[in-house]
Amino acid sequence: MSAAPTNPAPYSQSDSNLTNSAPAPYSTSKFGRFGGRFVPEALVAALDELAAAYDDASSDPAFQGRMRDLARHYGGRPTPLYFAQRLTEHAGPNAARIFLKREDLAHTGSHKLCNVLGQGLLTERMGKRRVIAETGAGQHGVATATIAALLGLDCVVYMGEEDTRRQRLNVVRMQLMGAEVVPVTSGTRTLKDAINEAMRDWVTNVESTHYLIGSVVGPHPFPVIVRDFVKVIGQEVRAELLETEGRLPGALVACVGGGSNAMGLFHPFIADEGVRLVGVEAGGEGLSGVRHSATLTGGSEGILHGARSFVLQDDFGQVRPTHSVSAGLDYPGVGPEHAWLADTGRAEYLAATDDEALEGFRLVCELEGIIPALEPAHAVLSALRLARELGPDQIVVLNLSGRGDKDVDEVSRLLAMTPAGQDLAAER
Amino acid sequence: MTRVIAAIQAANDDGRAALVAYLPAGYPDMDTSLSCLRAAAEAGADVLEVGFPYSDPLMDGPTIQAASQVALDRGYTPADDFAMCAQLTEAVEIPTLLMTYYNLAWHYRGTSRLDDFAAEAVTAGLAGAILPDLPAEEGQEWSAVAAGHDLATVFLAAPTSPDERLAAVAERSTGWVYATSTLGVTGERQSLSSMAAPLVARLRGCTDKPVAVGIGVTSGEHAREVASFADGVIVGSAIVRAAGDGGPDAVASLVAELAAGCRR
Repeated sequence: MSAAPTNPAPYSQSDSNLTNSAPAPYSTSKFGRFGGRFVPEALVAALDELAAAYDDASSDPAFQGRMRDLARHYGGRPTPLYFAQRLTEHAGPNAARIFLKREDLAHTGSHKLCNVLGQGLLTERMGKRRVIAETGAGQHGVATATIAALLGLDCVVYMGEEDTRRQRLNVVRMQLMGAEVVPVTSGTRTLKDAINEAMRDWVTNVESTHYLIGSVVGPHPFPVIVRDFVKVIGQEVRAELLETEGRLPGALVACVGGGSNAMGLFHPFIADEGVRLVGVEAGGEGLSGVRHSATLTGGSEGILHGARSFVLQDDFGQVRPTHSVSAGLDYPGVGPEHAWLADTGRAEYLAATDDEALEGFRLVCELEGIIPALEPAHAVLSALRLARELGPDQIVVLNLSGRGDKDVDEVSRLLAMTPAGQDLAAER
Repeated sequence: MTRVIAAIQAANDDGRAALVAYLPAGYPDMDTSLSCLRAAAEAGADVLEVGFPYSDPLMDGPTIQAASQVALDRGYTPADDFAMCAQLTEAVEIPTLLMTYYNLAWHYRGTSRLDDFAAEAVTAGLAGAILPDLPAEEGQEWSAVAAGHDLATVFLAAPTSPDERLAAVAERSTGWVYATSTLGVTGERQSLSSMAAPLVARLRGCTDKPVAVGIGVTSGEHAREVASFADGVIVGSAIVRAAGDGGPDAVASLVAELAAGCRR
């Protein structure tokens, strides 16, 4: 394993890019060799405009003040950091204490609002009146529809047709708030195809429209901007643990699809070498086959959706269809900064299968009275294992990135087919 | 001077804009795509573009997306596409370029070595490459490899590109400069975008290289309009639709109409 990186925020040239008032058209942003902007020329000017607007907003106290005010009074931040006593006891007698970062209690029911709030205000700042977004599980789509209603913006959300079925509740939520939900029928009809369709819309309407991308993916400056808007998650954890426990956690655990909730939790701790960063990808039906979405643990380097990162692809560079029980992790790419954290060895990535995720889901429901989204449910068994490894003096923080209302239909359908589900059904 | 530029200049010297015809490999099947490309060459195209179908074609509209999906569903790989190109370039004289997305070049045969992809392109008799998701500043690695293999690289210029970007795009293009007529994805349009002529005029201010206009150029009438201000006319989706509807004969008849439009 290579040494921990000395620079916690590696963008080789983007610092100058983001601090120059005039965007430098030929600078690119990379995390090591990952990232960049592999997009049609028509979008480059918009990416430069976005980088400049973000730079300008970052040093504007009025913008920052409005963000903080809305995050608190509208969004419900800071979210609680909750000691999960029964889950800790379940881990074993000498286990580290497990805390849950309760992003499920934020407005809209997931961590997605922090990013959307920031980008929504940037959209206003750029004088654009229309936002488009992609969504997998629907959480980012709901958050985008929410902010569009709040700010009076037109909103179109692209969602794979398969996902509109799996996540029907979220489709209705978006529609109730005035967004148009467009089912995407191309390709595999899931999140990657929704991103393709959003990109096609953006390249057509780039002068009036902001593409409000929902994870730490895409061309520069999106991975940096989204990361900066979600890192409040880790900042809150850090401040609260230092205040109440007087120490840093031994490990942070989060699920990774595109990777925004994990990056939000990890980023403020990258320079703290004693804190293990553990990302859990969707192992689907297992890594021995192809029906999974574990990009870092089972993929190879490639270029997808505007950035060089890891990709699930065949030997000719065609992107492979993916599978996960959770629509939010069902994606063949991953954010370039995660690729960099994996490559340098600073963070560890592993995969949990559909069955392991359902087991994690069941444990959090039954032991803590919290119905988690299927996405963070992937990280529960890893949190238990880490708690046993680290021992009683340590702390493990699991990012509970969203609540599970949206998954209830799908889970009840799936649990009925597993031994655990039959137990659950028998108890009911 | 590259073969590609020479072919465009020869057409211009002959009193017409060069006609660049695009068709994807493997649509509706590999043999028919070869026949359609040959038909396009015989009917008056000056340059051919062969699309290598990709799983996530985010610059393409419904027509080329659907055609690409047909080819992918048949199981064709870029290696098969190269094999067809080798047959094509044996049979036609005019320069042929490949057009695809960067990951297919970058991950060819799982190697992450652009050199292998470029070498295969040369073996297949291709004259250059167009990679629409590779903007000039990310293209330095590819450009160096392509130059080493004597392959032309065509970069895209957009109506949204500021003048300083246009200059750099033009400088790095070693084929023509591809002016995208409008903001949007590939596909047929009712009328030619009013953004095309001003973009070409701006490019004229920063380069002497040939400028060809594509995206949304659909009919002989559009070709005539573009030929009045650009060196080349690029047509894709309309020819792809013809290939699907009526095979090589329909391609030949549309290309002949477009070629007539290109005459000044």
